[in-house]
Amino acid sequence: MGILVNKNTTVLIQGITGRYGSYHTRLMLDYGTKIVAGVTPGKGGLEVHGVPVYDTVEEAVNNHDIDASIIFVPGPFVKDAALEALKNGIKLVVIITEHVPVNDALHIMEVARRQCATVIGPNCPGIINPGETKLGIMPGHVFKKGKVGILSRSGTLMYEISSLISDSGLGVSTAVGLGGDPIIGMTMVEALRRFQCDPETEAVVILGEIGGSSEIDAAQYIKSEFSKPVVAYFAGRTAPKGKRMGHAGAIVSGEADTIEAKEKAIKNAGGRVAHIPSEIPLILKEVLEK
Amino acid sequence: MKLHEYQGMDLFSKYGIPHPPYHLISSVEELVYIKNALTFPVVVKAQVLVGGRGKAGGVLFAKDFDELKKAVDELLHKKIKGKTVRKVLIAPKVNVEREYYLGITLDRRAKAPVVIISEAGGVDIEELAKTAPEKIITFHPYTTLELMPFEIREVAKKLGFPKEDMPALADIAAKLYRLFREKDALLAEINPLARVDGRLMALDSVVIIDDNALYRHPELPSAEDEENTPLEKEAEEADIAFVELDGDIGVVGCGAGIVMASMDLITYFGGKPASFMDLGGGATKDKTVKALEILNKKQGIKSIFMNIFGGITKCDEIAKAIVEFLKKTPDAPPVVVRLIGTNDDIGRKILADNGIKAYMNMEKAAKKAVEIAYERRGQ
Repeated sequence: MGILVNKNTTVLIQGITGRYGSYHTRLMLDYGTKIVAGVTPGKGGLEVHGVPVYDTVEEAVNNHDIDASIIFVPGPFVKDAALEALKNGIKLVVIITEHVPVNDALHIMEVARRQCATVIGPNCPGIINPGETKLGIMPGHVFKKGKVGILSRSGTLMYEISSLISDSGLGVSTAVGLGGDPIIGMTMVEALRRFQCDPETEAVVILGEIGGSSEIDAAQYIKSEFSKPVVAYFAGRTAPKGKRMGHAGAIVSGEADTIEAKEKAIKNAGGRVAHIPSEIPLILKEVLEK
Repeated sequence: MKLHEYQGMDLFSKYGIPHPPYHLISSVEELVYIKNALTFPVVVKAQVLVGGRGKAGGVLFAKDFDELKKAVDELLHKKIKGKTVRKVLIAPKVNVEREYYLGITLDRRAKAPVVIISEAGGVDIEELAKTAPEKIITFHPYTTLELMPFEIREVAKKLGFPKEDMPALADIAAKLYRLFREKDALLAEINPLARVDGRLMALDSVVIIDDNALYRHPELPSAEDEENTPLEKEAEEADIAFVELDGDIGVVGCGAGIVMASMDLITYFGGKPASFMDLGGGATKDKTVKALEILNKKQGIKSIFMNIFGGITKCDEIAKAIVEFLKKTPDAPPVVVRLIGTNDDIGRKILADNGIKAYMNMEKAAKKAVEIAYERRGQ
């Protein structure tokens, strides 16, 4: 179980012949991900690590059953690639690429909404169901199967905390990197809805950061509907106002963007807040034993 | 990328949004060339990329040429909120009959552009949102393609704007929206949008362009960004995300989230971070050396906390970089390394062979970096 993907999820790689795309295709294949096809315009007919490459997504879906696509193409080409996947009926699109123009992201999300498709990212590490499959660039070996769902705006922080939770013996059901951009597809609330319906997930860890209001929205949802324990950790407490901290979305511009506001919202919703990473597994054990 | 006021005004011109004529100069000597074209009184505005410019003394008035010379001289020798004034804008001082606020920005939650309108122009809109939210209307355009005049008419009706301003307001809003979309703006703001002699015009501009979309806008001016320090610029050129902070412990890592978390840990243990430095994923040895060299140029750093969780990044590359950096720069502050992840066994051996201890636990490493900084502060 877990959310969004499982060991039978069939995957298309857009941008499979690029350096980055082909490297991660190999790592995903090694992990067990069912990659059935790749697309790079102009490179149709090639093979990458045994995976057939097509010029168009249309050809790929005509020749294979495809559940999900992962996009590795450079920023300026992401809109084209994502809309091509959506037009051809792919219902889960994971955009790994960083530096996607905001207007392009808006456009992609508008079409995805119309198609009832799910987009993860852009600028994200992807999704992993430990031991089953990974659709992304995370180091698979630090994730062990278990009962904690993880949601993160940051990639490396997700690896760090997942590793702590895996080592603590609790393990991870699914970890989703939602992305560090101002406009992202799947939000925390949408991801929490999925975790609510996943019997394998017994608790959820939210890894938030400064900027935006997604954690505040998540807190509202937790308060009204979410029934599983939530532990949150926020990065950027010491970030100065008005300065962008690496992620395009990580900038404090108003009061709702601050860690204080986010922590307060989570606590008001009955969630727990960890102040340093090592507290997360300790709090998880405490809330799961109740 | 934030545009200067005058650059925003030039964009407004291209889109047919009226604004008073202006002159731009960068020295008192240039005044003679525009002397005959001026109608006094005039307003003199420092072109710096800071908020609250007026309150910080960046806007002056002059009723004759002598006063103008003085005002220009004063502004060009002044720092506004730490920023050097390189250019000033001179425009006729106008009689404002009425002021509006008009802004278009991005609503992250709704994933759509949002239009913000208020009658209380000229004020800090964020402040107004707190004190008098009923004076502001925000809405998402009915279609993202275009902002329709009826949408503005509806708002004007609700806020009780005078009828005579409605056509011009709708026209300017539609043009500003087109600019916002076509130029990949994250914010396009006119504050105030003023009625002067019965005509609406922009008396200021704030335009921020999406950095990720700059590649498709070669027509846009570069903003001579004074927001970044020289070291931050040097880092940017090397594709390293770097923000200087006022503490004395350098913080370096791979990934924005982990670096922010590392800064927080340093603070948690009683230290003060001197940097946010993100090498990004898959940093090579050379890039890492470059990053450490840039950080080392920053004054007053007592220790460096390097927190590496290698996913895409290979720990042996990082270890080689640290060894090379310390060999090249014997007077560098002590580097406390936390190294875990891909190839960490090789990386740790490289460090051990050079007498450098590598931590596995990031909290222990952060604490150590704080202790070292504390000890060295006394020296």
